[in-house]
Amino acid sequence: MTNGSIQHSSPITHHPSRVLYFPGCALKDQARAYEEATLAALAALGYEVQELPRWNCCGTVYALAQDDLMRHVGPVRNLIRAQEQGAKELLTLCAMCYNTLSRSALFVQNPENLRRLNAFMDEEEDYRGEVRVLHLVQLLGEIGRGRLEKAAKEGLSGLRVGAYYGCTLLRPQEVAVDHPEQPKILEEALAALGAEPVVFPERVECCGAYLTVTKPEAVRLRVSSILLSAAQAGAELLVTACPLCHFNLTERRPLGAPKLPVVYLGEALAWALGVKSMPEAVAKAVGVRG
Amino acid sequence: MVAELRVSRESLNAPFLQRVEELSGQNVFACYQCGKCSAGCLFAEHMDLLPNQVLRLLQLGDEGVLAARAPWVCAACLACSVRCPKGVDVARVMEALRQLALRRGLSPVEVKLDRPVPQIALVGAMRKVTP
Repeated sequence: MTNGSIQHSSPITHHPSRVLYFPGCALKDQARAYEEATLAALAALGYEVQELPRWNCCGTVYALAQDDLMRHVGPVRNLIRAQEQGAKELLTLCAMCYNTLSRSALFVQNPENLRRLNAFMDEEEDYRGEVRVLHLVQLLGEIGRGRLEKAAKEGLSGLRVGAYYGCTLLRPQEVAVDHPEQPKILEEALAALGAEPVVFPERVECCGAYLTVTKPEAVRLRVSSILLSAAQAGAELLVTACPLCHFNLTERRPLGAPKLPVVYLGEALAWALGVKSMPEAVAKAVGVRG
Repeated sequence: MVAELRVSRESLNAPFLQRVEELSGQNVFACYQCGKCSAGCLFAEHMDLLPNQVLRLLQLGDEGVLAARAPWVCAACLACSVRCPKGVDVARVMEALRQLALRRGLSPVEVKLDRPVPQIALVGAMRKVTP
């Protein structure tokens, strides 16, 4: 599609503060609080966020088998939607969406893979392989410490926050938002927002993900271990970017496990910027002053 | 697993093994059994075979690994894949074994929900246990 045919929509890339956003299923359902808070926060930071028109499922889980071309169709279709908008970047909030979309974007960097996929989706315009998939935490990194500090009027008032990365922001290495074993990108963002980041041993270890369907007892063991690891390191609150981690860490929490609240990155951001207030239950649990 | 293991030139050239390598895109003979994958695997305690044992049986051409529960316990968290000193993407090998089993009509995981779960969990799990 040429620029001439999309005059009706805003030229997303022509201004650095415009951003095209891919929600995914969870952000419209169990993680609505994450979306609401993030959109309010990004508006306060001066961003004009547009939701990707006609988005479909990201694919949820990346296809690991070499011959599994079919499972790239969904993610690449979303990249075509972004291309139609003239976007060079597509923002995701869900860590799982970030993972499948960015890995499929990488998969079609191989010309043969791109050719086969384009041939398969002959009802679509050809994907040109130019859309970069971006996660919220990367956007915060690009906004930078200075701007975040200045904008965080309320701040997180020295709250001891553990950043729980989980898997999909860090693995595989090709799409990692930071070093896969020793990341600091989330801690840096939280520090800029006035929190005291707490690095804990299990922050990059899997919560059990979709084993929550087939093996919930394995997930409970993992969740217990992660929460204990965070609590023993002194965290009062856990921040995550993954709706599945959030579900497991809250709904699969065994009796007797540490009770620290688990919130989304966008929620912590919105509280720090003062565009949303911390829910009473969370404030009470962390004993927030004022 | 088989109690008695016969290793022959034929078993090492088995079409089964070639198919695993083709589907996973991995060279299973690169593995030198250091065990780092199993040491770091958060779900190894629930597996009947450790990840490095799966690799070893594959090196020996043992088709019996298709009956193992280990690939179904694997959560594809990729910790082993980023840590392997030989660059073997173990999670892809596990996926190849699941795919081969599923394509042969073996579906060893029974899904019984104990409570409602988010769509991402359901879709993720279904993608793993259905062909």
